[in-house]
Amino acid sequence: MKLYFKYLSIHFKSQMQYRTSFWLLSIGQFFIPFSIFVGLYFLFERFGQIKGWQFFEVALCFAVIHMAFSLSECFARGFDMFSSLVVKGEFDRLLVRPRSTFVQVLGSKFEFTRVGRLLQSVIVLVWALSNLPIEWSTIKAITLALMIVSGVFIFTGIYMLAATMCFWTVQGLEVASIFTDGGREMAQYPLNIYQKWVARFFTYVIPFGTVNYLPLQYILGKGDGNELIHMLTPVLGSLFILPCFLVWQFGVRHYRSTGS
Amino acid sequence: MIHLEGISKSYKIAKRSSGLRQAAKALFYREHTTINALKDISFSIKQGEIVGYIGPNGAGKSTTIKIMSGILVPDTGKCTIMGYTPWKDRTQYVKNIGVVFGQRSQLWWDVPVIDSFELLKDIYKVPQQEYKSTIDLLIETLELQEIVQSPVRQLSLGQRMRCEIAASLIHNPKIIFLDEPTIGLDAVSKIAVRQFIKTINKEKGVTVILTTHDMNDIEALADRVILIGKGTLLYDGNLEELRKQFGTTKIITADYAKNTDPIQIPGTAALSWTPERIVLSIDTERVKPSEVITHLSNKVELLDVTIETKPIEDIIVQLYKEYQI
Amino acid sequence: MKMYLAVLRLRLNMGMQYRAAALAGVATQFFWGFIIIMVFEAFYEHAAQTPPISLKELIQYIWLQQAFLVFVMMWFRDNELFDLITSGNIAYELCRPSGLYGFWYAKLLAQRLSSALLRCFPILIVAYLLPEPYNLEPPPSIWAFLLFLSALLLGLLLLVAISMFLYISVFITLSPMGSLLVFGVLSEFFAGLVIPVPLMPVWLQKIAYVLPFRWTADFPFRVYSGHIPEQDAIIGILVQLSYLTVLVWMGRKALNGVLKKVVVQGG
Repeated sequence: MKLYFKYLSIHFKSQMQYRTSFWLLSIGQFFIPFSIFVGLYFLFERFGQIKGWQFFEVALCFAVIHMAFSLSECFARGFDMFSSLVVKGEFDRLLVRPRSTFVQVLGSKFEFTRVGRLLQSVIVLVWALSNLPIEWSTIKAITLALMIVSGVFIFTGIYMLAATMCFWTVQGLEVASIFTDGGREMAQYPLNIYQKWVARFFTYVIPFGTVNYLPLQYILGKGDGNELIHMLTPVLGSLFILPCFLVWQFGVRHYRSTGS
Repeated sequence: MIHLEGISKSYKIAKRSSGLRQAAKALFYREHTTINALKDISFSIKQGEIVGYIGPNGAGKSTTIKIMSGILVPDTGKCTIMGYTPWKDRTQYVKNIGVVFGQRSQLWWDVPVIDSFELLKDIYKVPQQEYKSTIDLLIETLELQEIVQSPVRQLSLGQRMRCEIAASLIHNPKIIFLDEPTIGLDAVSKIAVRQFIKTINKEKGVTVILTTHDMNDIEALADRVILIGKGTLLYDGNLEELRKQFGTTKIITADYAKNTDPIQIPGTAALSWTPERIVLSIDTERVKPSEVITHLSNKVELLDVTIETKPIEDIIVQLYKEYQI
Repeated sequence: MKMYLAVLRLRLNMGMQYRAAALAGVATQFFWGFIIIMVFEAFYEHAAQTPPISLKELIQYIWLQQAFLVFVMMWFRDNELFDLITSGNIAYELCRPSGLYGFWYAKLLAQRLSSALLRCFPILIVAYLLPEPYNLEPPPSIWAFLLFLSALLLGLLLLVAISMFLYISVFITLSPMGSLLVFGVLSEFFAGLVIPVPLMPVWLQKIAYVLPFRWTADFPFRVYSGHIPEQDAIIGILVQLSYLTVLVWMGRKALNGVLKKVVVQGG
């Protein structure tokens, strides 16, 4: 953990060498999701609601998933950009060091410019929360925090799966964006607006549902059935990263026996 | 210290096809070819040796280095280094080795060199005290005082290589693998790097294994060379032996007063001839240099004679040819 | 012309080398299209008043958008050109025996065309085979189809003409980021890539109709579905043509202007 922060600080120092580009990219990261949010706003202006969900409820969904996405893109960028590490042969370097590959890959890259996207989602979050009649309690606040954590874990898990794929081929990696960018795009709206099979896939296979849709029902008081379960879903969703971790280790073993 | 026995390794490589139809086919099915990168490689290296590991491109040099540094797992064979099997006890083992990949950097591009060193200190968990004394020594011997505060991107290639080597020594490894440490360096930097490799070998007793294409590196550093080609071990021994075995050719250049008669001496071959100068390549097993000179002086009025040994570079080229690699 | 074709063929070959990437891209866009359709389906389900574009027409719009994404996306860029401009190696390009505008235009056009040729057919075919109501339907008439084709191609030419300004602006800013950002966000929004133009509020639609961006994407797609009737389509094509002429003319002027500056600086 201490090592991770060391990596963080050295990357931050590097980034600060290029201030102008940092600011420009951060601003870009602010406006790209912003235009999507504006689109969402206009759609609600025209249609009023979507399958019984109001604008601010969806905005909350939007904020949570974008927050999780920007945090994972910032802190787990090493796995997201892993293909370049393999192509350049830099991964060998990590293997001759006495630390786990996980920490080293995680520390190989950070994308601080995602602060723009983060800021945008925080603004949406605050705006949505201040317009929703929620009776707050400590548990609800914890649930909200857990939702974001669970999102970060799930995105990181997907990055790891994609990174593992690089050990076999660096082609076709774009498929992973179905689950990262696609997952983000999809989870902007509550899952129940989609076809059943989509909702099921993104609840039980890649558990984006646990990031916002399921626990939001508890927070917004929409829940039918057991509140405790809805509340705990983010924790279950976070477990997604465990199998990803195993797959990653399998990939590293494969790499060391073939050295592609 | 280092012991390799019967190491073999093969790769599967997907065939790249060109053409539209082939390309479409390859979407679903790919042909593979197996390449035997290493075949039954065995050797031992004692502590404190400097070993030059040579061979043409694609001979299997870097595969061997990767196996010895724990990156790759071989198909068969045994490898024990300081009591470890590199690919099994990776994290424990790699604390004892340093690796320099000449064409890649382990330094962070945009931050001062010293920051990279500090991070490596944490990666290898080097105690502060030990780090301090090591780094002071490295800075002094490699003359890094001026450059440790500048970011890597501002350094010249030679300066960078010195920093790279320093970076791989921060944890005081017992063995250091240098993969083409002098590639792309100018003459002065090359000499500085060689000097330093010698120093750490002498003073710290670090075992050095280096791969290179620059035979001057080998000549300046290695007491022993291991030659590999097409994945097989071809020669293992000291440089002098190699020279004796293959370097029986000498070059004699003679300047003389103008003489238009062609000169022919048995056991020699004329590499060039003008009325004032002849360059002869002689095989010392067939004819002695002194005989050739006697022969020459009988025919022409000699003004100057030089005898050169065939450069090691040429020996290697000859070897590659002989083994058809 | 021969040279332009050579550039195109080279690009296609290179594209084929990365066929797995192309396949992955197809899958991604397909998924994307589905998500967007389902979102709109949900919105339409309880719509209070009849939306200005029917769900069916919207679905056509979305599939075409996915299939021809590289025709309409400003982010699709040529980093080589950026490097060329910012590094000052532009001098080499100036040695070529052809006008720089034409050459770059051809290069950018070829990139988009080759990328689209690899990607559009799988998406279009699969979209046709989808079950109702998600499928892509043939256009209402052969005329609509022909009009769509010409509108699409003109749209592509128009987009390349617009994107030329992006590269030209980098001569002045020397960093592609800022320009890319402004061009990217604005053009995509007003081309109807975020939400279709007919679903925008009326005041915003008015702005979108004035700007050239919607003529690259929104217009051809609506011609296809018949949302824009044939008569209006012909007028639209004339508008496209005039936009194209004006933008190419302005682009040439602007490029010559910035190039003169480069030469003066000795860059």
